[in-house]
Amino acid sequence: MSFITYLINGISLGSVYALIALGYTMVYGIAKMLNFAHGDVIMVGGFTCYTICSTMGMHPLLGILVSVVVCTVLGITIEKIAYKPLRKASSPLAVLITAIGVSYFLQNIALLIFGANAKSFTSVVDMEAVKLADGEIVISGVTIVTIVSCIVIMIALMLFINKTKMGQAMLAVSEDKGAAQLMGINVNGTISLTFAIGSALAAIAGVLLCSAYPSLTPYTGSMPGIKAFVAAVFGGIGSIPGAFIGGILLGVIQIFSQAYINSQMADAIVFAVLIVVLLVKPTGLLGKNIQEKV
Amino acid sequence: MKKFKKLVSVAVASAMVMAMAGCGATEAPAESSSAAADSGAAEVVSGEVFKIGGIGPITGGAAIYGTNVMNAAQMAVDEINAAGGVNGYQLALNFQDDEHDAEKAINAYNTVKDWGAQMIIGAVTSTPCIAVGEKTHEDNMFQITPSGSAVKCAQYDNAFQVCFSDPNQGAASAQYIGENNLATKVAVIYDSSDVYSSGIYESFVKGAEGQSFEIVAAEAFTADNKTDFSVQLQKAKEAGADLVFLPIYYQESALILTQANGMGYAPKWFSCDGMDGILGVENFDTALAEGVMLLTPFAADSEDQASKDFTAAYEAKYGETPNQFAADGYDAVYIIKAALESVNATPSMSVSELGDALKGVMTTISYDGVTGKGMTWQATGEVNKAPMAVVIKDGVYSAM
Repeated sequence: MSFITYLINGISLGSVYALIALGYTMVYGIAKMLNFAHGDVIMVGGFTCYTICSTMGMHPLLGILVSVVVCTVLGITIEKIAYKPLRKASSPLAVLITAIGVSYFLQNIALLIFGANAKSFTSVVDMEAVKLADGEIVISGVTIVTIVSCIVIMIALMLFINKTKMGQAMLAVSEDKGAAQLMGINVNGTISLTFAIGSALAAIAGVLLCSAYPSLTPYTGSMPGIKAFVAAVFGGIGSIPGAFIGGILLGVIQIFSQAYINSQMADAIVFAVLIVVLLVKPTGLLGKNIQEKV
Repeated sequence: MKKFKKLVSVAVASAMVMAMAGCGATEAPAESSSAAADSGAAEVVSGEVFKIGGIGPITGGAAIYGTNVMNAAQMAVDEINAAGGVNGYQLALNFQDDEHDAEKAINAYNTVKDWGAQMIIGAVTSTPCIAVGEKTHEDNMFQITPSGSAVKCAQYDNAFQVCFSDPNQGAASAQYIGENNLATKVAVIYDSSDVYSSGIYESFVKGAEGQSFEIVAAEAFTADNKTDFSVQLQKAKEAGADLVFLPIYYQESALILTQANGMGYAPKWFSCDGMDGILGVENFDTALAEGVMLLTPFAADSEDQASKDFTAAYEAKYGETPNQFAADGYDAVYIIKAALESVNATPSMSVSELGDALKGVMTTISYDGVTGKGMTWQATGEVNKAPMAVVIKDGVYSAM
């Protein structure tokens, strides 16, 4: 019975990772850059929702909506100001370092505005916990909502990329920017759109993360951000179903190693699994092997 | 293919760097803090004052502790100065922020040393306090920590504690739970990456031997994994624990209480002084903390006259109820005063002369403060006083 509870907890934690990883993987897949500020966009989403719902006392739905808008605008702005000028830099490290800089910038801005004391986030999910097997297994409302929204978002993203013109443009840009431009695709617009979608996802992930683990500080996004990045690499960075599978697996492995091996060793085990996966399959579970053309 | 491999390895390497940065980042700086901390420093330039340096977290996760100590210490300094000072000399306090970070605590120590500090109050939390202890030992500067409770906080002969040491707290908690028959099966959830938490845990286990309860689960978490406590709680629940002992700080405790409530687990909760502050977490549903018991030397609503006076003065000055850390900080200043008076110290004495004189006299003085009556000190720096348990009732700490 406890096995099932652990499994559910693992999937719940994993689906938060998966939601964050979706944003990472999308931006990587299309803009070919690692947006390390993604975790902090999540934090901004959390704080926006907190301000709207808890401080101003508005309806949670409005809170989610506003944080999606704020994060989308923030994502596009970051891309335009910090990443776009470096897109043609000779080393891909330049933009990576900038992303780390943006991450610290966001954390410190949040510190300045909200202070460092943890805030207790009121869950936006108002749903009764589901009790199974005479109350032996309790699945909280926010767990269900997180898992469902993660699956819905993943399917919607895949449909969007594979079935719409915009999505096809994204694929084209990811394969060859120069050729895509020659075919009349607005490369800058497409990359902006990618960041917009990625950041909107971050807002939702932030609200759900804080609902599930209701402690909000300016550093709330950093550790989940790192874990989600690992999940994205684990599942094959650039692959949307890969991010989903990677996230869920990461959460489940973490909880199971806490439960059955040692609660202190969880991180070591998670990262050991990552190393083994990368040794066997360097592109991750669902990563594509792209042959470099000469 | 090769290029992609390279990219992934760069990415993973940077992820590790970020992970490390992430750990440090929990204690990263806040610009707004320095102004607040500086305001604690009195404007005194001439040499004829006793200069006390204060170190503690004014920002960051443990900010509630540091600000309480800073406020109360400043209040004590003001009171003493208004009453004519110590041996005819005024006191000056310069309190610096360490953000509950060992490295920043050293910076704070250097800052107050440059300012001319002759004695140190601090650091407020254990890990920074140990780091500062190494420095004060080098300089032979007298150090008294209000609330750094790890044994190593007072490992050198120049350092003393106002609060109980961790082994004291752990053993006293075990004794209290056993003697009052609070539970038969106890689970412990502790932070294995924190010296305070693991120190209490270890002594709790020792203290539990021969008591009327058994420890059925001992689950750890680390600083990098302190959001999800579902496994730890589930294990405690399965082991049938009717009391969960939380020797941790209030931020994680707030999450644990929320998550336990979410999974329908309602054991008794018992904690140490780290739990003090939980009622101050913004937007936290204090109903969840109802019935939480904690071992602490101070309760704001105590009937004790000294505590009453202190609480009233603090509330009048800062508009909030002081916690145990405030009381510790307040006592620390008065203990310094008592020690200075008993050796007839003057501000013209060097840091090392003061250090020698004060550490010699500390083991002989006895002090009645708001955190205990008849406090005495051992040469190890540990304090002897009686512990007290409080319970959270109707959203306030009440004596049990």
